[in-house]
Amino acid sequence: MDTVTKSPTVAISHVALTVNGQPQRLELDPRTSLLDALREHLHLTGTKKGCDHGQCGACTVLINDRRINSCLTLAVMHEHDDVVTIEGLSAAEALHPLQAAFIERDAFQCGYCTPGQICSAVGMLAEAKAGWPSHVTPDVASRQIALSDAEIRERMSGNICRCAAYPNIVAAIRDVAEETLR
Amino acid sequence: MKPFTYERVTDLRAATAAVSRTGAKFISGGTNLLDLMKLEIEQPTHLVDISRLLLKQVEDLPDGGIRIGAQATNSEVAGDPRVRARYPALAEALLAGASGQLRNKASIGGNLLQRTRCSYFYDTAAACNKRTPGAGCAALRGVNRIHAILGASDACIATHPSDMAVVMSALEAQIELLEPNQSIRCVAIDDFYRLPGSAPHIETVMRPGEMITGVVLPPPPPGRQLYRKVRDRASYEFALVSVAVIIATERETITTARVAFGAVAHKPWRSIDAEAALKGRPATFATYQAAANAAMRSAAGYGHNDFKIELAKRTLCRTLADAAQIGIGRPT
Repeated sequence: MDTVTKSPTVAISHVALTVNGQPQRLELDPRTSLLDALREHLHLTGTKKGCDHGQCGACTVLINDRRINSCLTLAVMHEHDDVVTIEGLSAAEALHPLQAAFIERDAFQCGYCTPGQICSAVGMLAEAKAGWPSHVTPDVASRQIALSDAEIRERMSGNICRCAAYPNIVAAIRDVAEETLR
Repeated sequence: MKPFTYERVTDLRAATAAVSRTGAKFISGGTNLLDLMKLEIEQPTHLVDISRLLLKQVEDLPDGGIRIGAQATNSEVAGDPRVRARYPALAEALLAGASGQLRNKASIGGNLLQRTRCSYFYDTAAACNKRTPGAGCAALRGVNRIHAILGASDACIATHPSDMAVVMSALEAQIELLEPNQSIRCVAIDDFYRLPGSAPHIETVMRPGEMITGVVLPPPPPGRQLYRKVRDRASYEFALVSVAVIIATERETITTARVAFGAVAHKPWRSIDAEAALKGRPATFATYQAAANAAMRSAAGYGHNDFKIELAKRTLCRTLADAAQIGIGRPT
């Protein structure tokens, strides 16, 4: 990380990272969130800005296969990280199974939270597959995780849907969970 | 957000040197610090990124305890099989906090050092001694439903928001600190946090330039561990009251008891009084009530949060009964 002073107050930082499989090198004000770097610098506007305070989950992306809120992290902190956004979940026009399930189950109205919901669900299913418990898991020591609707709801609580499409979001994730965890 | 310069460090000595700069602050997960920087409540001029230090391990210790690296994420620790088997209440507390996305980013050290969620601390137009020492406390006569009932002062009635730290308090965790001269000192978690007194902006006993490198948990005491969190929403919400208990019984007599409350004070509130009222006593609902009364003997509400005193008592009784699996009765 080298820092070049451009003005008396703002130093410009460089960061090299991979976004949806493509190496990227950015020059940024160090204040730039990963979310703003994706949207304003790389023009990947699929990732949405909702609250910008880590409360709504609209900005969820995957970093090294883990879901995080891209609004609450600095782009410069992600040197050499592997970022996947909604645009990178599947190749070309193909749909990721969760994207197909969200359409099949009509799991949205306005669609603003949907990219975050889907990226979050991708991360969540990997966490369940790794055997991670949740707040509603009866025994946290148990290694067997059954993704009941209650488990899906708890694990997805970091994603708010103002249209309240929750029943269909749960149904879409349940469909894919049954395939993934089988 | 105010401008700052950024630097990533990969060894402890460099971290210590970097943070000695005026206005410098460590950043790791950033989930609390960046939120506060956006609101300009925190205004560091230099950020020292310590997230890539090799402090992510959960290690078994020869005495049967474990050491958790300060840079381990909340989710990794909650998912660790050894934590889940031997310190289940710690996993429960971690999983009761924040959201999946935040737990994947937030570090264990950062969880300990997160700031209060007092709405007047967050409102830069309101008086807050924690934000601006000497400014006054708007919460005292404000909407103080979420505020402290124990150990508060006229200068500050904010609570510590961590779930994890409550269980660590019951487990008698030691906080491992790296001093600027590169030596390590350990502080018991109960001594690590300060009560607000007349200086609520000083929240811990950490000295300038120190860094949390890990948390050491002694072997778990015998008995069943349980963490219960009471809140306004079923998920992704801070506690109104939470309780960590560890209780062991022998022929219906309590042999081991640990009790700590969350969201009731400026720090995780270990209740030695409640523990004394439990040890050696029969595991009955009357004993639990006596412990609850002992725990809340010095409690005081500030209006909107008066209900927390009764809520804390009832939450403790129910959690003790559930953990001991005996003495389940109705409050009289």
